[in-house]
Amino acid sequence: MAECIECGADVTLHDDLEVGEIVDCSTCGAELEVVDDDPVELDSAPELEEDWGE
Amino acid sequence: MKVGILYSRIRKDEKLLLSELRERDHDVAKIDVRKQRLRLDEPPEAFEGVDVLVDRCLATSRSLYTTEFADAYGVPVVNGADVADVCADKVKNSLALEAAGVPTPTTEVAYTKDTALDIVEDFGYPCVVKPVIGSWGRLMAKLDSRSAAEAVFEHKEVLGHYEHKVFYVQEFVEKPGRDIRVLATDGEPVAAMVRSSDHWLTNAAKGADTAEFELDDEARRLVKEASDAVGGGLLGVDLMEVGEDEDGNPTGYTVHEVNHNVEFKALNDVTDVDVPARVVDWLEAKVESETDTEVTA
Repeated sequence: MAECIECGADVTLHDDLEVGEIVDCSTCGAELEVVDDDPVELDSAPELEEDWGE
Repeated sequence: MKVGILYSRIRKDEKLLLSELRERDHDVAKIDVRKQRLRLDEPPEAFEGVDVLVDRCLATSRSLYTTEFADAYGVPVVNGADVADVCADKVKNSLALEAAGVPTPTTEVAYTKDTALDIVEDFGYPCVVKPVIGSWGRLMAKLDSRSAAEAVFEHKEVLGHYEHKVFYVQEFVEKPGRDIRVLATDGEPVAAMVRSSDHWLTNAAKGADTAEFELDDEARRLVKEASDAVGGGLLGVDLMEVGEDEDGNPTGYTVHEVNHNVEFKALNDVTDVDVPARVVDWLEAKVESETDTEVTA
């Protein structure tokens, strides 16, 4: 469990969490980036950029 | 082997890859490219000791430059900078396919709105305009009329980044409501799927339905040729079925693009093939072959 930096709600995390992964806050819908996993630290995920993709 | 995963976001694709590499006890270094300082004369510490870098950068710009640096440092990277350069740009991609004799949709490029309009008038409606760099079906436009074309071109000319002033105009291919994505390693198909949608865009990222697809010999040949055309590697080759026989079945294929930073989570979900395992098999073989070459030399 970690705290959403946008709304303060608890964010449920799965076991195989990876730094660099994006998780959603089920309360406010914010996209959050996992910036550390020990302990878990979340930050706002970057906005979609035009050159993203495959 | 030690594998450096170049990333800025860990998608499900990267998690699948990381999991497979770790299960095989490979030494895996996750390298967040946003934190790297790329010097001209020597590699960053994060690149030290890696047998191969795997470019999984979400941003094309970062992919292009990081692979250039890796090449300059002499650190093996898949896919290499040359492959990324051709695949990232639709103009270069189309030119490579054409030069290799791979069937690809008729395409013309213009630099002004008026000349682009001349092209669409010649092609007839509908036709398609695409950004030269872009993914997931974004900013693609199906032009159904001259007035639509005028509006789209004006927006691109006035509002766009300079790359949007390169008008990449393509014939509209009457595909049977689906296209085909093939994941291939050096031209050898790993698995394939069809992406179906009522919408003219059939990207998985746009929510298209996906299902496994059995490639015939013709499709396999084209995948190999398309892969060779861009320099090989771990690639996503996109084909559309064209033509129609008396029973209504397609008679051939056209290759519309080859992707160098291929996503495979959707493919892995629909096929019995263990896609990340096959990718890691290929990586292991590649590293082993390069190590053998070094020893021999």
